[in-house]
Amino acid sequence: MHSQLNHLRRQVVAATMATKEGHIPSALSILDIVWTLYDRVLRHDPKNPKDDGRDRFILSKGHGSLALYTVLAERGFFLGEEITRFSTLQSRLGGHPDHNKVPGVEASTGSLGHGLPFGVGVALALRIRKVNRRVFVLVGDGECNEGSVWEAVLLAAHHRLANLTCIVDYNHSTDRALNMGDIAAKFAAFGWAATTVHGHDHAAIESALRASDLQKPSVIVADTIKGFGVKQMEHNPAWHHRSPTPEELASILKELA
Amino acid sequence: MRKQFISTTQDLMAKDERLVVLLGDIGVFGFRNAFEQFPQRIYNIGICEQAMTGMAAGLSKEGLVPVVHSIAPFVVERCLEQLKVDFCYQKLGGNIVSVGGSYDYAALGCTHHCPGDVALLKSLPGAEIVLPGTPQEYDRLFRAAYANGRLTYFRLSERSNAQSFEVEFGRAKIIKQGARATVVAVGTALAPTLTATQDLDVTVLYYTTIAPFDGETLRQNNAGGKIVLVEPFYTGTLAADIHVAIGSTAVALETIGVPHRFLTNYGHAEEHDEAIGLTAAGIRQRVQGFIHG
Repeated sequence: MHSQLNHLRRQVVAATMATKEGHIPSALSILDIVWTLYDRVLRHDPKNPKDDGRDRFILSKGHGSLALYTVLAERGFFLGEEITRFSTLQSRLGGHPDHNKVPGVEASTGSLGHGLPFGVGVALALRIRKVNRRVFVLVGDGECNEGSVWEAVLLAAHHRLANLTCIVDYNHSTDRALNMGDIAAKFAAFGWAATTVHGHDHAAIESALRASDLQKPSVIVADTIKGFGVKQMEHNPAWHHRSPTPEELASILKELA
Repeated sequence: MRKQFISTTQDLMAKDERLVVLLGDIGVFGFRNAFEQFPQRIYNIGICEQAMTGMAAGLSKEGLVPVVHSIAPFVVERCLEQLKVDFCYQKLGGNIVSVGGSYDYAALGCTHHCPGDVALLKSLPGAEIVLPGTPQEYDRLFRAAYANGRLTYFRLSERSNAQSFEVEFGRAKIIKQGARATVVAVGTALAPTLTATQDLDVTVLYYTTIAPFDGETLRQNNAGGKIVLVEPFYTGTLAADIHVAIGSTAVALETIGVPHRFLTNYGHAEEHDEAIGLTAAGIRQRVQGFIHG
């Protein structure tokens, strides 16, 4: 299971060499979730990214953009070679995703606490327009420090947006600042259907993503490991926003072979 | 203007199925007919302006046309980053309609004042700012701009000018022409400006849209190289627009508006007008001193 996405992990790590920029561990934390979503659950058409029949996925923790780019490229939204130019001056693929530039990206994110309120609006709009499609929003645990997240959690429950699913990447990066405790219980207390999964187990993720409540919005709290797949990065804050030296890169690529 | 906001919105909701109204727990009773007629397209969101603004952008992303409404400090200052990122950066269109501009709610104190909204919104690339002077002007301007695909801020006041003009979105209106100076009056500052200058030999330009700023009309009506700016918000907010518009032409600029300090007294808005000189007499004194100085 762990090695299945190593080709994408290699892409994520190598992409940061172009400008020595990128949040590798944040991307590796969510890669299994994003890949499973696109591979098994999300209705999408890479040839027609704005097709109204698509499900919508919003990456609210935009600094995990490399995970999204590798998955979108694998699905055929754009060529994988673009990822090698990640964050360079003319690249469409920046440190945070831009929906006006990148096919398949639904929202331009970066500032935390924006994606879930935006997703509440998208979910409500689909209901108003009578479009029977789902909206998935991926947020980080640190992002859940933001009050705007909880405003949106209140609103989604009150308006019974059962077409909305929030996935929380609970990699505990927030623990050093603010202990979020039992995030699933918090969402449940606000009126959401809440479940917790192993965030690197594709079958468990798929099962949680497929389930949806008929009345309530759903949250999937995914237990994840920041930097998952690269041993020296796992749980290591020193890697949060840095790229490898050429020697480290060689060693990491070997580990991910 | 608030009544006109409600009637214009309700009329357009009947004609345009894209229009969706989000209220920050104000104006709810006024919109009772809309709640009955269009329950899927009007919501009392509650007191959570950040999420309300992000949500509005999400509606816009799906092709709907949001109208967000609350008191100015809460829909501008509270959620400036949502306006910047969710609307302007993402190039999504929507409408923010505020009430209480500057110190209309004087008795409520500085938390409910917002003379800084225009300067803040001017810092957001692509944001449009509209200050109608009367209910009729609001109706014209809103219909012209509400679905233009950009973020448009309509700043409503509890007060109105006595006379309405056939204003156009994005264009200044030449009210009168004279030789000694050009007076630029914005929104509800027009009424005291007209009284103040009725027998003075000056040009009066009336701006109801201030972003984008109509520099062309100002360039063509720059009388005497002297410009007086009369703003019902922090004074000098449009000074940069004036200078950009006239380029390298030498000009003297006088600014009359709300001083850049907290107005910590209560009372009525008219009493604050008196205190800061934003009255016909105060404007007249400043303009006369300027053109004779």
